[in-house]
Amino acid sequence: MKKLLKYFKGYTLQCILGPLFKLLEASFELLIPLVVASIIDVGIKNGDKPYIIKMCIIMAALGLIGLICSVTAQYFAARAAVGFTKKLRHALFDKIQSFSYAKLDKLGTATVITRMTSDMNQVQTGVNLTLRLLLRSPFVVLGAMVMAFTIDVKSALIFAAAIPVLSIIVFGIMLISIPLYKKVQSRLDEVTQTTRENLTGARVIRAFALEDREKAAFENKNDGLTAVQRFVGRVSALMNPMTYAIINAATVWLIYTGALRVNSGVLSSGEVVALYNYMSQILIELIKFASLIINITKSVACARRIGDILEISGSEHTGSMPMKKGGDIEFKNVSLRYDEAGDNTLTNISFKVKSGQTVGIIGGTGSGKSSLTNLIPAFYRASSGEILINGQNINDIDTDSLRKNVAVVPQRAVLFSGTIRDNMRWGNAKATDEEIYKALETAQATDIIKSKENGLDSIIEQGGRNLSGGQRQRLTIARALTKNADILILDDSSSALDFATDAKLRTALKNIDNKPTVFIVSQRTSSIKHADIIIVLDDGYAVGIGTHSQLLESCDVYREIYDSQYKKESSNA
Amino acid sequence: MKNRSTLREIFIYLKPYTVLIILSVLFSAASVVSTLYIPILIGRGIDCIVGAGRVDFVHLKPILIEVIIVACTTAVLQWLINTINNRITFKTVRDIRNAAFEKIQELPFAYLDSHPSGEIVSRVIADADQFADGLLLGFTQLFTGIVTIIGTLIFMLTIHVGITFIVVVLTPLSFFMAKFIAKRTYSMFREQSQTRGEQTAFIDEIIGNQKTVKAFSREKPSIEKFDEINDRLEKCSLRATFYSSLTNPCTRFINSLVYTGVGLGGALIAVGGGISIGSLTCFLSYANQYTKPFNEISGVITEFQNALACAARLFELIHEQPQSADGSLVLKDTQGNVELENVSFSYSPERELIKDLNLNVKSDQRIAIVGPTGCGKTTVINLLMRFYDVDRGNITVDGENIQKLTRRSLRRSYGMVLQDTWLKTGTIRENIVMGKPDASDEEVVAAAKAAHSHSFIKRLPKGYDTVISEGGEGLSQGQRQLLCITRIMLCLPPMLILDEATSSIDTRTEVRIQKAFARMMEGRTTFIVAHRLSTIREADVILVMRDGNIIEQGNHTDLLQKNGFYAKLYNSQFEET
Repeated sequence: MKKLLKYFKGYTLQCILGPLFKLLEASFELLIPLVVASIIDVGIKNGDKPYIIKMCIIMAALGLIGLICSVTAQYFAARAAVGFTKKLRHALFDKIQSFSYAKLDKLGTATVITRMTSDMNQVQTGVNLTLRLLLRSPFVVLGAMVMAFTIDVKSALIFAAAIPVLSIIVFGIMLISIPLYKKVQSRLDEVTQTTRENLTGARVIRAFALEDREKAAFENKNDGLTAVQRFVGRVSALMNPMTYAIINAATVWLIYTGALRVNSGVLSSGEVVALYNYMSQILIELIKFASLIINITKSVACARRIGDILEISGSEHTGSMPMKKGGDIEFKNVSLRYDEAGDNTLTNISFKVKSGQTVGIIGGTGSGKSSLTNLIPAFYRASSGEILINGQNINDIDTDSLRKNVAVVPQRAVLFSGTIRDNMRWGNAKATDEEIYKALETAQATDIIKSKENGLDSIIEQGGRNLSGGQRQRLTIARALTKNADILILDDSSSALDFATDAKLRTALKNIDNKPTVFIVSQRTSSIKHADIIIVLDDGYAVGIGTHSQLLESCDVYREIYDSQYKKESSNA
Repeated sequence: MKNRSTLREIFIYLKPYTVLIILSVLFSAASVVSTLYIPILIGRGIDCIVGAGRVDFVHLKPILIEVIIVACTTAVLQWLINTINNRITFKTVRDIRNAAFEKIQELPFAYLDSHPSGEIVSRVIADADQFADGLLLGFTQLFTGIVTIIGTLIFMLTIHVGITFIVVVLTPLSFFMAKFIAKRTYSMFREQSQTRGEQTAFIDEIIGNQKTVKAFSREKPSIEKFDEINDRLEKCSLRATFYSSLTNPCTRFINSLVYTGVGLGGALIAVGGGISIGSLTCFLSYANQYTKPFNEISGVITEFQNALACAARLFELIHEQPQSADGSLVLKDTQGNVELENVSFSYSPERELIKDLNLNVKSDQRIAIVGPTGCGKTTVINLLMRFYDVDRGNITVDGENIQKLTRRSLRRSYGMVLQDTWLKTGTIRENIVMGKPDASDEEVVAAAKAAHSHSFIKRLPKGYDTVISEGGEGLSQGQRQLLCITRIMLCLPPMLILDEATSSIDTRTEVRIQKAFARMMEGRTTFIVAHRLSTIREADVILVMRDGNIIEQGNHTDLLQKNGFYAKLYNSQFEET
């Protein structure tokens, strides 16, 4: 939390001037009852009309100065709050960009996005309110009491008694209700979840004719929410009536004491009026203060969440040497264990690939295929063992230069909003149209461009919504190809393609100019059987490494996979 | 106009709480009057304090006691009002939410498929919440605000007409000032929220796909783009924040002018003996209070308009056309003879998808539907399950038109496994027994064993009692699909629909599941949609679809011999590279 304070740097002046001007304004406000008192005691008592007019002009002037002060304060506060949030947002975004895959897995993107957006907005409001009001309300409350003391000590003691009692009630109720509001939120989350679930799962729910049961479940959760809401409502509904009763009791006591003092000639009636006015000011400010505190508490919670992310130590590991050209890769006894999971995802994997070779990786769901390829661009670091790329230990290579030389086509075909050309240039910012077309051709994606009116300038909507799954997949392949990288990884990236296109793609990949080392991850034997080396994974172990014909003879798992897809079909055909 | 009908609707929802509302209104009026009465009492009290040795204690004491009694009564009334209003608001919102949820269960898929779920969720949750806030505020402040204004006016008039005039003339100024600022800042706020939206979309896109960003070393360009938006946001946010924060100081300044005006007028009149000092004090505190409801009301009105807009969105959902009427016949002892006669269907009028489809499926047959993506395979299933109604033609099950059957009985006769593996938040067991809530543990385990999910379920931290979340995080796509299959294995309806049911399961496991499927399919009419031709080969009838039409129909051997589209698809799988 405290570490966030450094983002106020450059706004120190604003942070001091904002509250300062606010306090000035409050001081002028505190003078008003005194002016009224002198109007009563001097002006009215002596029938001095010019004096009354003079005093009223002073009152209006005080209001005007107050206005100027407070406008100045608002400006400084807004400036500091907005500037602070901007810097904080930049810092957080920067931080997130530096996270490794492992950290991103741990945090989850949804959480991070909330921190960046709604939490950030709440912090901005919080900072703004704090600068404007946090000091003001206590200042007015205490100021009113101090002013009361200057008028009459004995009467002012009533203030000294009333303020603590009022504070206990206001803050007590607040303290009780804040945790209750959290409960409301969690109940609301349940209701939200049920609603969302019933939308995403509508087909299944209706297929099982479970509508009535879901309705009952929803009503149940909804009732739960309402019950908590009403309970919190009842608790916080106590605040206003209780403070109201107390402040009036205090006023009665004040007037009675005042009456006694006036009677004995210590006080004037105008002064009693002034004391009464101060008493009224206190309550208003206390209640404002309470709602301010609720707002600030929310903001502090948000700021803390943002701080937590900023404090996550260490960015991604990177070596310092640039990567040598070429695509030789060697795994020596490599194991991988993700932070959370207890078991190894990959265990003792060793293999060697020469530049330009094609490597097939096959295995069941969850056997570690993607995990293995994720090690090559150093998305994750091996827990033990060594990975050598062109003879260099991967941990010594500069991560940026490594990733520039490794092109990845991920399982999930993600495109970004912008033109097709923009997307293609993700791989290579300087790619010419000619290079892009070549990559598109290899990826069997030329027809997508042809079908679009604007060719490469066609707009892709966010998430590639205006393209089909197969189109997206082919474009992501083309995007990787524009990199001209020495190593190309296709992580099950032809799943949305029909067999004919998939086959054409494989042929085209064989004929890429710069002859990269290609990794093909697949569940289909047909996709990998022509690879130079096939790695068969089962539960994180490499149970077979070799060519198709070798593995058919020596590896049971491979044979089983192959038979399940191929042999039987061929015989039937 | 629209507002009026929304209001009318709100009143319908409020109707069950009529008594409470009447009580709330009565109590509010009473509490306002008593709140306003206190300054008068205090003014009278102050008038008793004339000067040294001249304080009228005889009159002062009963006045002060009266103040205490009135204050306590007011406090109790206020508490009652708050409690009642809470009750009305939260219950009304609960009722509306329930109605909205009920509607969700009845909406046609045409609506659900064309509206992002996030949008509907935001109506049921965020809009309802906003509506509650607005309603509560409206209740507590709008009404009391108006009563306070009128009440104060009357009380002031009874004391002194002239000073009242000052207050009445000057007060609206603060109201107009607030409106003026709000109008000027509106465009700034719009600019801010647009820029904010732009930034959120960018964050969504980049951080949502952070792994791809890293894979392409695009961190730096992303930060640059982010900063560019961030700079713009800073500027417009500063404008919006600052200018809107002027409202409070400006209205307060006008309030102080009113106060000064009352002080001046009052004091001058008091000099001539027109009013007492106590009355002047009373006036001053009224002047303070009188502007408050005006300021509040302008806030409440925006809030209330917002609430109305939210309510309108909710009602729009609630009034959405429900799915076509349900049939009344209950499908019993389903044999599984399904017939499609001249069926035509399209999602949108511009693009006809299925045209004059004819299909005759005998009990126990296995029908495979193949074809490229977007050819209408899934649409056929939507029609069979009556998720959508046909535009023309008839679908019959055992000779009964499905439009005459209850949806419940029709759908329960199908066991459906979709490619989209939906699991609900809850335990594994709860997810499995969806089709048969009273299944015994033994039955559940047997089904899981048959679907080859038992072994991985056993390895989960709490086995069958492990709670999984909606997205099914922690489970692989394949495992989720196995759970969906288990669900069907348990209840075994007379007909089956398998839409890419094994697409995410590795082929080794698939071979094993196929055996279970084969057993399951015995004696059951089955519709299979699949990419993998291996799954399809053994079907009795293969429908080859393209652009919504069935272009080939027959069994595997026939179709290969025909050497048409199917043969091309099939051979491409084994093409040598």
